[in-house]
Amino acid sequence: MPKSKQDAYQEFIKGLWRDNPVFVQVLGMCPMLAVTNSAENALAMGGATFFVLVASSFFVASLQRWIPKQVRISTYIIIIATFVTVTDFTLEALVPRLHKELGAFIPLIVANCMILGRQEAFASRNSVRLAVVDALGMASGFLFALLALGSVREILGEGRLLGMDLFSPDFEPWVIMILPPGGFLTLGLLLLFFNWLRERKERLVERLDAWEAQGQ
Amino acid sequence: MKTAPPTVSNAEPSSARLIATLGLAGLLSGLIIVTVFEATLPTITAHKAEMLRQAVFKVLPGTVSLQPLTYKDGQLVPVDKAEKDEESILAGYGADGRLIGYAIPGAGPGFQDIIRLLYGYLPEERRVVGMEILESRETPGLGDKIYKDANFVANFDALSIDPQIVAVKKGTKTAAHQVDAITGATISSKAVVRIINEANTRWLPRLNKVIDEGFKQSR
Repeated sequence: MPKSKQDAYQEFIKGLWRDNPVFVQVLGMCPMLAVTNSAENALAMGGATFFVLVASSFFVASLQRWIPKQVRISTYIIIIATFVTVTDFTLEALVPRLHKELGAFIPLIVANCMILGRQEAFASRNSVRLAVVDALGMASGFLFALLALGSVREILGEGRLLGMDLFSPDFEPWVIMILPPGGFLTLGLLLLFFNWLRERKERLVERLDAWEAQGQ
Repeated sequence: MKTAPPTVSNAEPSSARLIATLGLAGLLSGLIIVTVFEATLPTITAHKAEMLRQAVFKVLPGTVSLQPLTYKDGQLVPVDKAEKDEESILAGYGADGRLIGYAIPGAGPGFQDIIRLLYGYLPEERRVVGMEILESRETPGLGDKIYKDANFVANFDALSIDPQIVAVKKGTKTAAHQVDAITGATISSKAVVRIINEANTRWLPRLNKVIDEGFKQSR
């Protein structure tokens, strides 16, 4: 792979997996816990955040040389808030039912620290291309995490996934899973699972290294 | 933001430049937001009106046409458009042009936020014949059963309003003015009942007055 292409690939994978905004950086917890009571809500929230993050990163990276550093945060917030408001109106016009379900959490995307964090840490000091790839990766990582949490909670809490019944009518839904405590429980368990995966991988790499050293 | 010169220097930029940058950003942002708002507004308004119409047909079975009414100077006067607030009600007419009943909006605090609903009322029978939640943010899985649980909604299909609607523990409904509350969502259930009772106290005297006067006139 040519170097630049590999860089872009690395930036993308970084957001999706290695530095996943939710499971590794533990950012954006407010929407993460609040609107993941069903997979559909999680998808809508993830989609809205995806659009806002990618569009904001694109504009911040394109305009970085004209934004004085003293007012950069305010300018980023203006850019982010613009896209959030656009998303808010568009969702209300196109999918009013979902808009109603998500309620106040769409305007609150402005306050998602993951988005502002990417502008400050990455988009404002990299090329437009890399900034967009980074935003795509981070947004996909966020969407993936929301969907994981939303699916688990919907399956256990309502016995359904995306509105389709999964179990026999005898299944008693665990109501707690769609209530706020269920969000915390599921998030904790998922964090545990992803950290376990990471640790296992690290130990495997260590053992491989040791084995290689022995062999020589 | 293209007015500012594209120079990167370590010198402190002037305040004017900072103000200009933020001002320009705000201006552009405002322009974009207003454009999108204007573009989406007709769809959003149309959708809301359609939702209200659908709700009326649901709570007043047999209705084919609607007339929004508002109460002014002691009588009901027709208005062009139904308002979302509680200041107007909708009269529903059947296929033969006969008045079927009224769809009355109500709003009040639920468990988490304001619940807005619409219910159908037959003045002659003094009965509620349907209830539809228009807006609520009740707890998913518990409080949201006020519109997701068909058994609860069915409570309002033939509900006497005399002497007053009361919510009772699930399964203990014995009289026509009682509503079986939802287990685990007593507050939401009671809120719905309270909202309807409050709207009744507000609108029924007005309706009765109009009906009495109409009766006198027809004699």
